[in-house]
Amino acid sequence: MSGSGTLLATGTGLTELFSHAFMVDALLAGVPIAALAGLVGYFMVLRSQIFTGDALSHAAFTGALGALAFGIDARLGLFTVTLAVAAGLGLLGNHGRADDVVIGTVFAWVLGLGVLALSVYASSYHATSNGAAGVTVLFGSIFGISSTQATLAAAIAFVLIGLMLGIARPLLFASLDQAIAAARGVPVRGLGVVFLLIVGATAAEATQAVGALLLLGLLAAPAGAAQRLTTRPYVGMTLAAALSMLAMVTGLLTSYLIPKVPPSFAILAVATLIYAATFLRRINYPSTGTNTAPSEQVDRPDRSHSGVPG
Amino acid sequence: MTHVMSVASAGSLQPQPSWNLLEDVRQAFMYPFMVNAFRAGAIVAVLAGLIGWFMVLRRQTFAGHTLAIVGYPGAAGAVLVGISATYGLFAFASIAALVIGLVPNTGGRGYSEESAVTGTVQAFALACGFLFVTLYGGFLSGANALLFGSFLGITSDQVIALLLVALAAAAVLAVIARPLLFASIDPDVARARGVPVRGLSIGFLVLLGVAAAEVSQITGTLLVFALLVVPAATAQTWTTRPVLSVLLTVLIGVSVTWISLLVAYYSPYPIGFFLTTFAFAAYLISVGWRRLHTEERRAPLSVRA
Repeated sequence: MSGSGTLLATGTGLTELFSHAFMVDALLAGVPIAALAGLVGYFMVLRSQIFTGDALSHAAFTGALGALAFGIDARLGLFTVTLAVAAGLGLLGNHGRADDVVIGTVFAWVLGLGVLALSVYASSYHATSNGAAGVTVLFGSIFGISSTQATLAAAIAFVLIGLMLGIARPLLFASLDQAIAAARGVPVRGLGVVFLLIVGATAAEATQAVGALLLLGLLAAPAGAAQRLTTRPYVGMTLAAALSMLAMVTGLLTSYLIPKVPPSFAILAVATLIYAATFLRRINYPSTGTNTAPSEQVDRPDRSHSGVPG
Repeated sequence: MTHVMSVASAGSLQPQPSWNLLEDVRQAFMYPFMVNAFRAGAIVAVLAGLIGWFMVLRRQTFAGHTLAIVGYPGAAGAVLVGISATYGLFAFASIAALVIGLVPNTGGRGYSEESAVTGTVQAFALACGFLFVTLYGGFLSGANALLFGSFLGITSDQVIALLLVALAAAAVLAVIARPLLFASIDPDVARARGVPVRGLSIGFLVLLGVAAAEVSQITGTLLVFALLVVPAATAQTWTTRPVLSVLLTVLIGVSVTWISLLVAYYSPYPIGFFLTTFAFAAYLISVGWRRLHTEERRAPLSVRA
């Protein structure tokens, strides 16, 4: 991040860019993670499960700091806790969706545990890195990722993308019309739980790139933008992944050129700008009669669900 | 753990409890800063209970959480430009409430879009907070205090400021409480009867923002949620009668806050951990008790998201 930051001649800047190992590693890890986050986020927006992502991002914080407090690899804690919370949320709710208030109550407590872990970690290990560990977990440090970490993160992202594409068709069916999908023999509940597990793993992955608190933006913003731009599901999925990768690459470059700006902020700022830009385009839905937007159709069963918990 | 505790207590002259409860309470109250902490905690818990009750009823937990989070860049930004963090907290929370309240309906789409907007606002707000903190430099321990709260060093002036804001918010809530309850339980019928449902919704979000900003000064922006959602969720498992339920919410909130303050005073660990743990324990006990003692769970008061 230090050094030749003020170069604005992008021609020479871009070639020099790849001579920096940290930049190559950041792109190697960041781009697949962004694609994964966009793809998973598309389904989360479609299924109105962004709040679950919020809960999982906080679980990621607790997982990483819990692992650090016990002196083990942060990634182990990350994946263990996010997958466990995801499974819990999936099994708690009917149809693999938990009630918002239950999610909120549980994750307030999970976060409290994270605060305890942070305090234990800060007082037991190096006093100098006191706040730094917490801040790194919360806000990410993609420029600090090592070569092997980047390769592993990319490999896991590819596996998860493959899984996601594998279940995309039945999951789409189950998300759009749960009752008919169930009647046609689609395992709706199982799919819901598997999807949440993938979300959990995605949260753990994205924490390494943008941090536990900011991964929600990578899930929500590109997917929200894609939903506004097209109603065709497969185009939307691709678009969400593409926009997310665009945000990642642009963000990393911005942060590289202006070293004062942390990469996590730059990535999120680009993603938010993209989403905000889609609001400039008026969408002309048929104002009367039935709406053809897929999210509109999934809306009604979900509302009635969240209205009557238990 | 014992090693950690001994290090921490040696470092900060940790007060030791005598395990005589009355004596311990008396000792904690001997310090003006603790008295202020108890006062501020009570004010914050009452306001959070009142507003949180409506938030849980309206199923706006995600919006509430986001508004709570937005206080972080608000406070960090205010410190960066050199004004009191309080102004930043309230300004950012109010602006975010307006954004969440105004944007989603312009597209004419439903809840899934609202949640995408809310999530984006939240993540972007946090990213801004992180940027401000980075630009400020050498602020990392302060960043943790903003995020996780601190009950130490609350002055009497701050208590009075908290009280005034809380009274104003409670007064507004008292005025709109009846129509808001109506609009929350059955928005369609309320709209048909001429209740300004949309205006109430935006007004309530702004109130929620103010409450979140107020609470975050004690609990930190990450844990506001514990006071907003958990006492209300707990109370709503017990009764469906609005007034009783609100009173119970406030009672649970204040008890949890005071017990947490007392325990945190005698412990090296942060108050946020105790606050969330005690509140969650109360919730679990309530849900468990209700499950055991009612054959058929009565559907709690609830409405659409």
